[in-house]
Amino acid sequence: MSTILPSSTTTAGRFGPYGGRYVPETLMVPLFELERAYLEAKSDASFQAQFENLLKNFAGRPTPLQFASRLTEKLGGPRIYLKREDLLHTGAHKINNALGQGLLAVKMGKPRIVAETGAGQHGVASATVAAHLGLECVVYMGTEDMARQALNVARMRMLGAEVMPVDSGSRTLKDAINEAMRDWVTNVRTTHYLLGSVLGAHPYPTMVRDFQTVIGREAREQILAAEKRLPTHLFACVGGGSNSIGLFHQFLRDPDVKMIGIEAGGRGAGLGEHAARLAAHQGFSGARPGVLQGTYTYVLQNEDGQIATTHSISAGLDYPAIGPEHAWLADQRRAEYSAASDQAALDAARLLSRTEGIIPALESAHAIAGLLERIPKMAGTDLAILNLSGRGDKDMDQYSRHL
Amino acid sequence: MNRPILKTRIQQRFAALREAGELGIVAYLTAGDPSLDATLEFVLALADAGADVMELGVPFSDPLADGPTIQRASERALKSGTTLAGVLDLVRRIRKTSEVPLVLFSYFNPILQMGIEKFASAAEAAGADGVLATDLTLEESEDYRRVLRAHHLDAIFLGAPTSTDERLAKIANCSSGFLYLISRTGVTGAKDTLPDDLPALLRRARAASKLPLAVGFGISLPGHVSLLGGLADAAVVGSALVAEIANATESGARASSIDAAAAALRLKVRALKQAALGGLSRREVAP
Repeated sequence: MSTILPSSTTTAGRFGPYGGRYVPETLMVPLFELERAYLEAKSDASFQAQFENLLKNFAGRPTPLQFASRLTEKLGGPRIYLKREDLLHTGAHKINNALGQGLLAVKMGKPRIVAETGAGQHGVASATVAAHLGLECVVYMGTEDMARQALNVARMRMLGAEVMPVDSGSRTLKDAINEAMRDWVTNVRTTHYLLGSVLGAHPYPTMVRDFQTVIGREAREQILAAEKRLPTHLFACVGGGSNSIGLFHQFLRDPDVKMIGIEAGGRGAGLGEHAARLAAHQGFSGARPGVLQGTYTYVLQNEDGQIATTHSISAGLDYPAIGPEHAWLADQRRAEYSAASDQAALDAARLLSRTEGIIPALESAHAIAGLLERIPKMAGTDLAILNLSGRGDKDMDQYSRHL
Repeated sequence: MNRPILKTRIQQRFAALREAGELGIVAYLTAGDPSLDATLEFVLALADAGADVMELGVPFSDPLADGPTIQRASERALKSGTTLAGVLDLVRRIRKTSEVPLVLFSYFNPILQMGIEKFASAAEAAGADGVLATDLTLEESEDYRRVLRAHHLDAIFLGAPTSTDERLAKIANCSSGFLYLISRTGVTGAKDTLPDDLPALLRRARAASKLPLAVGFGISLPGHVSLLGGLADAAVVGSALVAEIANATESGARASSIDAAAAALRLKVRALKQAALGGLSRREVAP
């Protein structure tokens, strides 16, 4: 592993060497203001009550922790539980963070939000929250993603959001973030950037994680109630890494709980064929620490520091960098990361659909594929929680082509 | 306290401009658009036509502080195979015939991947005078500043309309050469008018620092330059020049279209320099 450590005069927003705040000067004061507003909100009982009320009565929390009896039986290994984030309003965990940041935007007096989206789930969540709270909403989305997640484009427009097509670069999530940041830097006085994952400059990786930890808090309580013990394994897919960190974070101090993040292995191990940033041990090439879109973390790039294009069948995992906290958890070996291929994800989606009656999102299907691959190394006494981060309605077009 | 002992070409040029009461013209080009050979010709033409400082943009795959004009230039430059090492070699080639002050204008990641020490050492050896990393602010740049200083390179930072007075002072304190003020919240790109709150930003920066002030983002017309006289020390022109190159080389990077682009750049900078020398900008420039 290469160790290029940038220097920092502050430790704000650092996870080991990772994280930080690498943005044009125009955004620094707005980031300080956001951090201050967030810290205030964190200890503000009325803000928290509002947030919890929306999570419960608007989004539909708590989500069930479902024992996957037929999948467990079929695989003949560990007992498997599914954390059903797919049952949330809008169909994925993204609504947790969107509600939190939407309330913050209101608190900061920003009448307009911009967001980026890959699979469209964060875009739909942002558009939903904006409509619910009376905010103007503009969502940037790569044209390649607009084509493969057309249902979500229609949903955003139905909700009154403006969907701005991004035709630069690889026309996927990374390019949508560039364009959202350009909008934000231009309209920063009236606009909040509702970033959808644990990426970007401080305070985003910490703030988004905190809004997502409700997943792990519930799961912990639920598994203790159901099994009277902690899980041995946690599985979650990792694009930027918000659903996985949301599940993992509440178990970080439990050394016997293994955490496995599944990245997109795409169609091959060569640079440009995958989006696996932390799976070099499986032969995936091109990831080194670097700075992209505000944060220092593992980034898929060439030797000159130009960011690589990525490929995944799943738009939500198709991104060249990973949240900085994951980079640190990987370095510390507190969490493990591996990659599942496009084909493995498709196969896993079909398996879950037919054994449990749940059609997962392509992103979450990667987590299932990671679990399947791990089964031979697991014991019958093991107890796994898999974060089913989203549902598959948006992916029916792709699934139907692979039936 | 951050100034190198020997004056860089940038510092010498700004001192001369101040003495003459003249507004300087800082010209930005994306290096390697459409080729490094072409950029060499353009830089020499611009310096000859009166550009006081040249900024060489290092192309980056994800230029999130840039508008469409420079985004497309970066794409063209990367397509022609431009790397940071190639841009450093271009600096060396420029230095064979020109003493124009040179600033390397880059996103941080290419510098970080080369290694800050290796980059600074190569930049110094090639004859560069300063470096500006768009997405690097004072909080994250302690090592970077120390290394640049050790290699007699000016560390130039951005000041923005959103920066508080206190921050402007801190930024200036970390900078040498000049302070680059962003005229408006937003990305690079030509605009018709200057923002109304620009004079206020310039006054705040003037109060915070004795460094020369260069104003960029959205400056494209002689009229903009005239207005800046007496308020700033230099105007930075980028996208307007890059657009000239894009127009002239639209049908390909043949020698004739490179020459045509160079001629267009000359005309543009001459017009800006005329505006800088005339009328309003002859007024006193500051302390």
